[in-house]
Amino acid sequence: MSATTTSASKVADKPAGDALRFYGVWLVGIAALIVLPMIFSSGGSLTSFSLIGIAIVFALSYNILLGQTGLLSFGHAVHYGLGGFAACHVMNAVVSHGWPIPLPFIPLFGGLGGLAFAMIIGWVMTKRAGTVFSMISLGIAELVASSSLILRSVFGGESGVSTDRTALPKMFGWTFGPQLQVYYLIAFWLVISAIAMYALTRTPLGRISNAVRDNPERVQFIGYDPHVVRYIAFCFAGFFAGVAGGLAAINFEIANSAYLGAIQSGLVLFSTFIGGVAFFFGPILGAILVTYLQLGLTSVTGVWQLYFGIIFIGIVMLSPGGIAGLVMMHRPLARAGTLPTLIPSYLVAAVPTLALACGVILTIESIARTHSGQGSPINLFGVAFNPASPVTWASAAVLIFGGFFVARLSWRRVADAWDRAATVARDRGYLA
Amino acid sequence: MLELIVISTLNGLLFGMLLFLLSSGLTVIFSMMGVLNFAHASFYMLGAFFGFQLTKWIGFWPALLLAPLLVGAIGMAVERYGLRNTHKHGHVAELLLTFGLAFAIEEIVAMMWGRSPVDYRVPALLDFPAFTIFSTNYPAYKIFMLAVSILIFIVLLMVLKRTRVGLIVQAALTHPHMVGHLGHNVGRIFMLVFGVGSALAGIAGVIAGPALVTQSDMAAALGPILFVVIVFGGLGSLPGAFIASLVIGLVQTFAVALNGSLASAFGPLDPSMGPSVLTDIWNVTIAQVAPIVPYLLLVIILIVRPMGLMGTRET
Repeated sequence: MSATTTSASKVADKPAGDALRFYGVWLVGIAALIVLPMIFSSGGSLTSFSLIGIAIVFALSYNILLGQTGLLSFGHAVHYGLGGFAACHVMNAVVSHGWPIPLPFIPLFGGLGGLAFAMIIGWVMTKRAGTVFSMISLGIAELVASSSLILRSVFGGESGVSTDRTALPKMFGWTFGPQLQVYYLIAFWLVISAIAMYALTRTPLGRISNAVRDNPERVQFIGYDPHVVRYIAFCFAGFFAGVAGGLAAINFEIANSAYLGAIQSGLVLFSTFIGGVAFFFGPILGAILVTYLQLGLTSVTGVWQLYFGIIFIGIVMLSPGGIAGLVMMHRPLARAGTLPTLIPSYLVAAVPTLALACGVILTIESIARTHSGQGSPINLFGVAFNPASPVTWASAAVLIFGGFFVARLSWRRVADAWDRAATVARDRGYLA
Repeated sequence: MLELIVISTLNGLLFGMLLFLLSSGLTVIFSMMGVLNFAHASFYMLGAFFGFQLTKWIGFWPALLLAPLLVGAIGMAVERYGLRNTHKHGHVAELLLTFGLAFAIEEIVAMMWGRSPVDYRVPALLDFPAFTIFSTNYPAYKIFMLAVSILIFIVLLMVLKRTRVGLIVQAALTHPHMVGHLGHNVGRIFMLVFGVGSALAGIAGVIAGPALVTQSDMAAALGPILFVVIVFGGLGSLPGAFIASLVIGLVQTFAVALNGSLASAFGPLDPSMGPSVLTDIWNVTIAQVAPIVPYLLLVIILIVRPMGLMGTRET
């Protein structure tokens, strides 16, 4: 993560076209958020959109730590969960005391819940960066998650704290009973949070966070305390994670100890890293992909978490920049116009790679279905495989080994094609 | 009361030695390669499950030998084909690789053996009470576990401190380039150390499996405590890991055994308030708090002594 440029290098002396394109991207994003539920208006897709929106806010908040400040936290769900609990308690208090606080303001209280915890514990946690920080965040997360089952009056024990979002004072006559209205509430907070977090990357604080990530000693020499910078970044991340937790509490009308747990922390780490930490839009891509996979795969296979793990390992090993890194890698080539020369070799490489993937899927599914006792056939692209038959195993083996060797050769050719394209792009001045 | 103290001390020592068996491998790997192996507890779990499966096929004693070797081989493969390639992307990528690996191993184990505990029994040869103290029968198998742990501890110490191999390994910890220039294959040393560390975790798994519960979430349950141990003891310090293992083993065992709460200790002073955080804290028993005791210790030590008990590095 050394060659990271979190949206940094394009500030001054750029033509007006770039500014237009920059605001255009944001406007298109907002327009898409407004229009999407009108096109896909089924209940299922509205629920998915809501979940994705929450996941994006959460992943972006995580990237304040991981991508910008270089802090790998294994316990980010603590802020998310505490934000969720804070939102639930505030909602219940609003209802019982009759305070005039409408629902759209509730995520703010969630954010304050996450922020409060970050402010209390962050000072000790951010004393050290790197591996030590990771371990401490893991320990603190376990501490909070275990305590949540002991302190029943606050966390509601196993069952959690439930609430009723429709009982709050109305705003613009919206009851927030229908999922569509909740979706727009989430979309509104998504836009606000995304703009705020993007703006944060452009402030001096955002820049000095990047410096702390890359070289804390030099930051110290120019008179900033890396500890303080990390602490402030940690507080911001805690706040926005709390906002995401508050949104989740509104969406599900409940907060329980699962919000705080290791699985939630792991998921946000997966989303952010798979998407790519070096660019602002990376975590957005990752959150969309992971949430979509999570929703889509659970209905298809019983071992979807294993596929997650494999995808994650693959990304870490092959493309540590994540999906965003892969996409941005092609930008200079696209500008230089040499990208089309790559496409044939990509297509060639795709075939054995897909075969390899199919082989792996076939193997995993055969094992899973044999061991779970249900010998239901595996349907792969319209071809049914019987998990118990030797034909399945043989074809899986052929796909894996054959696919692996051919893929290795063909990806080597992609690398050659890449080198040629990059050389041309460099000659044309598009690649440093 | 004396009975409770003696039994808990024995159990605490046992748990502490098991923790040390795991954390020693983790610590050596960390101080060598600078990467905290998140999958270490998963190797422990693999050891337990391989032990279970091999015991079913070929009996316990061959399994005790074979399962750690298998786990060690997997560890070496992980180092050779995973970590070594990821090294150029930095320590965060390495840590994340082992994190993903831990996740994948848990899912694979759940896929192969299911999510409920498997029936991994103590071998018949050791299935008898070793001695009776205060009317409690102390199982022989636990004594065997303790003996194996201590034996491995001594062997590890001897190898590291007294042999030429230990000399090279220790030199590679601090001066990998110099060791390389002297003609040793540092890459292979790393791979072997990683394999030995994983095999140690595997041994712990095989012998702990029958005494504790062997199921697919045992790594997730133990992993965080393992990290508490090595942060508590001071990252990269083997003596620190030893002390921390024993402290945490003893503290947690005693906490589980004690059933007191503030309410039982100061019963007459009961403030008898409505349900609130304070009444929760008032009524919670020490046994209920036991799971969070290690993490409380972690927070306290970080406030008091951020580099850990025996740590020297201020990262």
